[in-house]
Amino acid sequence: MAEAAERKPRKSVQFEDSTIIVDSDGQVTEGGAMNGEKDSAASHATGDDKEVEEMTDMFAGLAKKKKKKPKAEGEDAEDVLSGLKKKKKSKKPKAETDDFDAQLAAVAGEAEEKEAPAEEEVEEGDMFKGTGVWQHDSTTVIPYNMLLNRFFTLLHSQHPDLASSGSKSYKIPPPQCLREGNKKTIFANISEICKRMKRTDEHVTQFLFAELGTSGSVDGSKRLVIKGRFQQKQIENVLRRYIVEYVTCKTCRSPDSELTKGENRLSFVTCNSCGSRRSVSAIKTGFSAQVGKRRRMQK
Amino acid sequence: MTTDIQNLKSFDPFAEAEDSVGDQKTASQNYIHIRIQQRNGRKTLTTVQGLPKKFDQKKILKVIKKKFACNGTVVTDTEMGEVIQLQGDQRKDVQEFLTDKKEGLGLDAKTIKVHGF
Ligand SMILES: [Zn+2]
Repeated sequence: MAEAAERKPRKSVQFEDSTIIVDSDGQVTEGGAMNGEKDSAASHATGDDKEVEEMTDMFAGLAKKKKKKPKAEGEDAEDVLSGLKKKKKSKKPKAETDDFDAQLAAVAGEAEEKEAPAEEEVEEGDMFKGTGVWQHDSTTVIPYNMLLNRFFTLLHSQHPDLASSGSKSYKIPPPQCLREGNKKTIFANISEICKRMKRTDEHVTQFLFAELGTSGSVDGSKRLVIKGRFQQKQIENVLRRYIVEYVTCKTCRSPDSELTKGENRLSFVTCNSCGSRRSVSAIKTGFSAQVGKRRRMQK
Repeated sequence: MTTDIQNLKSFDPFAEAEDSVGDQKTASQNYIHIRIQQRNGRKTLTTVQGLPKKFDQKKILKVIKKKFACNGTVVTDTEMGEVIQLQGDQRKDVQEFLTDKKEGLGLDAKTIKVHGF
């Protein structure tokens, strides 16, 4: 119960650690991942100060990099690469309430006594199978607490994705980087990532090229071929910056937004959840030094 | 008579206002961009674009070269003006140098944009 009350909308940008993609419609087959979702949903109650921290981190351009922890089970899917969250901290409030509860129980023991047996009396039956109080034709009055509990239990087990995200948690499959020969990198799942971000491949490509100071092409299966050698982590860093700059809403931090071209070459990011609109600058390539053969050609 | 002709002042009273309003063109031109480019193999190149005109790029380069033990040149680009090119990934060092008040230029960190991976 306390968990349910504490739960706050969680909006974050993160890359999944596992190759299994948790779809927004809740299609997860792996049990481990599901548990991870559940656990973290409970521990994700964000304190106010933490939210601010998160924000500043985001505005700082995500300078901090969090090293991937050696996988602990369940954490796997939740390992937030962007380093926006601190797990330990988020668990604290819960412990406090527990403590508080204990104190309450000690002080107001009488009230507890009255309530507790009443609850135990009805706490029978399996809510999944629909036995005991949960029986279809049962006439016992089910207390609100239990109903709410049932709701969340079922939600977690049946639709973990809905539960974990008061508003959708923003997950992006990790970029898949392959090496082509010695000098090129293939960014294989760019279109999938773009679809998730609701941005065009071209826009993201443009940003990538500008940031990496390189160029490239798109191959037959819509994969991006980038000149130069890049690791997945590096691409991820750039993508993260793209998300901060062109995807997330600065007001409510929701990543669910649209990029539209307004009048006179200005682009706007319009948030789908709070409706705020902000202008974003066009991607600028800037100075790029001539490298290799072309330098000689110019002379 | 004062020889204080407003037009000859290099100070632009609207500069900051424009910046905060978000006139992208002027705003982005005020930024100092530190970029990285890959060359062949593991070699990289760092470029510093948009340093304020009041600084002598050659002198800055000289200091940087000595300080970070790398080679470099000043390239004049038709669009971007003078750009400092350095061998290797010097982004961190350059950024620190630009913002350092004692030994560097003491620039505002907000005006510096570091690009790359
Ligand atoms: Zn919003």
